[in-house]
Amino acid sequence: MTAAPRCGRRRRAMSLALAGLAGALFGAGLLISGMTQPARVIGFLDVGSAWDPSLAFVMGGAALVYAILFRQIQRRRTAPWLDAAFHVPTRREIDRSLIAGAALFGVGWGLGGLCPGPGIVSAASGNAAGVAFVAAMLLGMHLQRRSAR
Amino acid sequence: MSPWLLAMAGGAMIGAASGLLLLTHGRIAGVSGIAASVLPPAAPDLGWRLAFLGGLVAAGLAARLIAPAAIGGAVRSLPIMIIAGLAVGYGTRLGGGCTSGHGVCGISRLSRRSFVAVAVFMATGVATATLVGAAS
Repeated sequence: MTAAPRCGRRRRAMSLALAGLAGALFGAGLLISGMTQPARVIGFLDVGSAWDPSLAFVMGGAALVYAILFRQIQRRRTAPWLDAAFHVPTRREIDRSLIAGAALFGVGWGLGGLCPGPGIVSAASGNAAGVAFVAAMLLGMHLQRRSAR
Repeated sequence: MSPWLLAMAGGAMIGAASGLLLLTHGRIAGVSGIAASVLPPAAPDLGWRLAFLGGLVAAGLAARLIAPAAIGGAVRSLPIMIIAGLAVGYGTRLGGGCTSGHGVCGISRLSRRSFVAVAVFMATGVATATLVGAAS
């Protein structure tokens, strides 16, 4: 189902500005939470030595806030501000791709201590490891999409 | 400020930003999905996607200027970061999401797929980091 075309330059400008604001707020959250520090992420995932569990509060805090907002928004609205409908995933099946994909993602996250969002923020800040990570990540994404076609 | 408080505050911001994207555009703030969708063959509605990614980039640029300590140095070597990136890229698309898509947005919606995805990537994430840590 494609988005209904919205004419008007002002609306388009608002759409880009609001999406950009969401991205910037998201990025700021990643920076403040410590997700952009591979050492902290690995300190959380490595339960062998000097375990730092504090990062659990990042996903926990985010999920809690989002759960509240998600419910409120879905309850009060039939459509978002700038589109004709919500685009919320509806798939429910648990298949091999989900499990294999999640497993592989976890290996990569545990190896490098970066996931997509923090990787992009890190790369944008000029961090060499972040740039290498994101370049490889985009390649990996491209390869998967190609294999799925 | 205590790391727990910072983690929660940052997490709350991530949740709020995701809520904002849902309210304005009706979209899930899954970074892996948004990033992949600007790769060719790109999604038709590129605007909001590039703008969102641009916001992440802006945050990174701002960090460089005003809070460079927030960007942690790599723990592993460059070749390892490349392998990690490949795994994250391929895996997130195969599994349909990452820590934001499945972990934040999926869990909060009580999505069965996301619960499974999070359990699996947490398990392999912990296993990998712990094994590599023990070997180092």
